[in-house]
Amino acid sequence: MIPAVLVARLRQLPLEAHAWGTVVLLGAGIGLVFFYAPLDADQGITQKVFYIHVPIALTAYACFGWGAWKALVHLRTRAQGADLESYAAIHQGVIFGALTLVTGSIWARASWGIWWTWSSNQLVTFLILFLLSSAYFMLRYSVDPGPARANMCAVYALFGVVLIPVSWLSIRLANDFIHPTVFTRHGPQMSASMFFTFCVCWAGLLALASTMYRVELAGKRLDARLRELRELLAS
Amino acid sequence: MSSGEKYVAAAYLVVFVAVLAWVAIMAAKVARLSNEVEELVELARSRERNAA
Repeated sequence: MIPAVLVARLRQLPLEAHAWGTVVLLGAGIGLVFFYAPLDADQGITQKVFYIHVPIALTAYACFGWGAWKALVHLRTRAQGADLESYAAIHQGVIFGALTLVTGSIWARASWGIWWTWSSNQLVTFLILFLLSSAYFMLRYSVDPGPARANMCAVYALFGVVLIPVSWLSIRLANDFIHPTVFTRHGPQMSASMFFTFCVCWAGLLALASTMYRVELAGKRLDARLRELRELLAS
Repeated sequence: MSSGEKYVAAAYLVVFVAVLAWVAIMAAKVARLSNEVEELVELARSRERNAA
């Protein structure tokens, strides 16, 4: 309920104000990471990657989830524009998913001395989720535009989102020694200043994703209107 | 600069470059849409002239 209210509020916010809010939040987040959050006793400076890697991963999940929600809206109500909104959200999810894999790989190299390991369940399930979402675009662009394509893409988006809880729970279900569990049922396993910094960074990245989503959606809608206008003028 | 600091800088730089690339792609798209609008305005004007 809260995300729906938040999204409705964000939609009313002018895009320019939204973008400036993103800049402020991200700037504040980076300032907090380097000048406020304490150094981790175990990992030292390399733990600073946590403040960008984990929020990016959670933002990717949020984008995939939003894409699936819009796909469900399309299938249930055939609301105009829901298919396009689902597509734009999944596109943002893939961008943030790619960044998750890259920043995670850099952190792994810095902390564990390896770029990648197939023994970590969360890494592998996230990679599968990313590849599955990337394949969404292959499906979308291999079918002619129309209601059939919209329906197929919506079903695919819903199918792909099932992997999110699997990916989230994988390190909790299995004893993953490589990938640490920071958020447990007892709360976040970090100091209050670290958690505050993490929350600001996550808010900044969610704001970035939503700004990018709105810009992309506006571009796509404008593109469609121009195509319509061209057809009208050509006839 | 220690190796740990280099990795941290690399992680943040990757995100910054990705956002920059996205902005560049969007700028190119806006330029294309702007050209298209110009073309359509020209097309509409020529139709108007022909009709007159």
